[in-house]
Amino acid sequence: MNAFKRTFKDIAQYPSAIGGVIIILALVALAVYTVVAVPYDEAIRLWRGGEEVWGDYPRLAPPAWFNFFSRTKQPTTIVRNSTDGAPFVTKEVKPIDETMTDVIFTYTFDYEADAFPSELIVFMTATFKEKGPFVSLFWITPDGREIRLGEVTAKHSETYRFNQDERLLRRLKGVAPEVALFSDPNQETPTVLKGTYQLRIDAITFENDSDLEAKFVSYGTVHGLAGTDHRRRDLTIALLWGTPVALSFGLVAALVTTVTTMFIAAVGTWFGGIVDDIIQRLTEINMLLPFLPILIMVGTFQSRSIWVLLLWVILLSIFGSSIKGYRATFLQIKEAPYIEAARSYGASNWRIIVSYLIPRIIPVLIPGLVSGIPAYVFLEASLALLGLGDPVLPTWGKLINDAYANGALYNGQYYWILEPALLLMLAGLAFAMVGFALDRIFNPRLREV
Amino acid sequence: MAEATLPQAAGAETSQKKKGAGSLAKLARYTVTKLLTLFIAVVIGIYLTILIANMGGYVDEILRGQIRESISISVSMDPSLKYLTLEERNTLINERVATEERRLGLDQPFMLRSLRFLTHAITLDLGRAQHLASDSGSKMVKNIILERLPPTLLLMGFSNLFLFFISLYFALYLSRNYGTFLDKAVIAMSPFSSAPAWFYGIFLLLIFSSVLGWFPFGGMVSAPPPETFGALLLSYAHHLVLPVIAWLVSGIFAGVYSWRTFFLIFSMEDYVELARAKGLSARDIERRYVLRPTLPNIITSFALMLISLWQGATILETVFNWPGLGRTLYRAIGLYDSPVIIGSAIIYAYLLAGTVFLLDFIYALVDPRVRVGSGGPKA
Repeated sequence: MNAFKRTFKDIAQYPSAIGGVIIILALVALAVYTVVAVPYDEAIRLWRGGEEVWGDYPRLAPPAWFNFFSRTKQPTTIVRNSTDGAPFVTKEVKPIDETMTDVIFTYTFDYEADAFPSELIVFMTATFKEKGPFVSLFWITPDGREIRLGEVTAKHSETYRFNQDERLLRRLKGVAPEVALFSDPNQETPTVLKGTYQLRIDAITFENDSDLEAKFVSYGTVHGLAGTDHRRRDLTIALLWGTPVALSFGLVAALVTTVTTMFIAAVGTWFGGIVDDIIQRLTEINMLLPFLPILIMVGTFQSRSIWVLLLWVILLSIFGSSIKGYRATFLQIKEAPYIEAARSYGASNWRIIVSYLIPRIIPVLIPGLVSGIPAYVFLEASLALLGLGDPVLPTWGKLINDAYANGALYNGQYYWILEPALLLMLAGLAFAMVGFALDRIFNPRLREV
Repeated sequence: MAEATLPQAAGAETSQKKKGAGSLAKLARYTVTKLLTLFIAVVIGIYLTILIANMGGYVDEILRGQIRESISISVSMDPSLKYLTLEERNTLINERVATEERRLGLDQPFMLRSLRFLTHAITLDLGRAQHLASDSGSKMVKNIILERLPPTLLLMGFSNLFLFFISLYFALYLSRNYGTFLDKAVIAMSPFSSAPAWFYGIFLLLIFSSVLGWFPFGGMVSAPPPETFGALLLSYAHHLVLPVIAWLVSGIFAGVYSWRTFFLIFSMEDYVELARAKGLSARDIERRYVLRPTLPNIITSFALMLISLWQGATILETVFNWPGLGRTLYRAIGLYDSPVIIGSAIIYAYLLAGTVFLLDFIYALVDPRVRVGSGGPKA
């Protein structure tokens, strides 16, 4: 316990290490929060979801906090559902005759952004037996103009996309609806007319029980904390879930490989002779095994699951080059008088290895373990970048891969690459800094120079 | 180490000449032994690779599927076999499949087959690609891979030479100016080496290609390639800049930090103090008494770093669209082209062995113990 306290005191002398510890703790807290808030199955369901999950999200929108740094305010997404009720949506029902009814929805919203929305869509769900309701849509601008949008005969599920209505496009003289409908008519260049807009949906139902529900979405150009990708998915999910995946991958891989490697080195040095020889030769062969291509083969032929790959990473790293370092240290310890004493009182080989050899190497082991973590965190990202990411789980590496494959660098969607990259960097650097400080604490020889 | 080096470094010229032939023979013997042990290691490594690739008989399944498909097609297309009943046709297909499998040796036990795979792999007889083809139109995996080797070697060679010499001079400089702000800054920066080269590559592309537009987004030469030789070289250089910088950034801090530490430890030795007392110039002290005994250590650490960096090369090439081995591997993954994937793994095993051998050889050249004593290098 005392030694532990002392180590902690030593760490406190390295500001970078303190920073590293704080970052690691923050990441661990984030990981715990993620696993509790968005359970594993839920994360997978969300990330693999299509329109039904992400229908109301804009495509390729940068994070909303971009607005803090820019003078022209970008719009966020506005969703108005007919179930919302007043003051956002009012519903009026006027019977026309015995079977026909006129249902009028009025959607009201304020538009204060300086830029135009990216898309306008109305999603309708109609209940009817044979003849669907006839729907006409109208647009009312803040200065009181009323623009006729279009008409559709609603099916059970109907989607009206403003920019795919050819007739509307013609009426607006070829200007995209999301621009034309929000423009100030008195300006030469398209400028947003700020104020309260209204969308009126006028539906005529032809059956007694027939009804209509409609949702209007004005897609923004910025979204949430992290923005969205090409499939409208909110990047927050992947960024959050990347944390526990990266941390557990790095920690498990580093811990298991370091401990096993050390144990193998201890056994080899203690028994010496042929055991040691075999271990040495295995290390040399292992050095020649093409690590990444083998992982790629496993990924393509066997399984892409991140946990299967983790197993292989561990298998391939056990006989890593760090065995040589541990071996050198063990060879020194082996000659120590207290080992001689243990042998003379008849301690078993096992006892000497576990109780006398291994505890002495912990000071070398811990810095190695901590500095080994970033390599594995980045390895997961590397595999994902090669297209061998876990097929279901969202990870940081997969985000970078998605962004890269969809040309985010060319199209200027930098947030898409930078967010996961910065998190990766943060995690990698934090462990590297702590490991570096530990190395200097446990190896005083390094501290002198 | 110091004791072994001193007589050599300060040795009289006559004794050097006398030793000349003997040390050459020792060097040759050392090289041959190294080559042999490495070859055995490579063979075992390739064999393990084959075993892993064949995990669960996956490769055989692919082959069987291909055989059945091609024979089914050839039977159904054959007009002379049109009047056979369905049953007769099926037996015919089965017979032909069995013959073909026998011809390819698929009916033999796996151990026997794996040994044949091994001999094929060692002689680089890597089979035919399923989807990819080389630029010259060949479907042979060997040709595809060999065609892609020069760009990889160009990129790796340049990057590593730069990395080695820049790190070396920088580390020497820091060991001379130990404790200065720059020295402390480099120590503080050394955790940055935990990120692989491709990671910095993405940032470099973002800044210098996307935002500033100074460098191309990737590739090896602009399209169409320039006509004159000078312009061609310039185009290569222009495309090399970013990947080489990415490689340098990811490697340099850790390298400089550890080498600087080596230099500092060695410059505290008594014989260095003595040289200083004798009034030798700082340059001479550095060259003869610091650099000389540390070189074997430096080369060993460089070798270990190179081996761990090799895997980063695959992804660096992918990120920079560099038409080398790594990107071919990446494309093969996308197309599930298993012969190319296995072939690349084997080539990488060879490349790793080549790297290890080259560095071992240089090690033997700089470590006098190999030439003088009988003790081999202790890496």
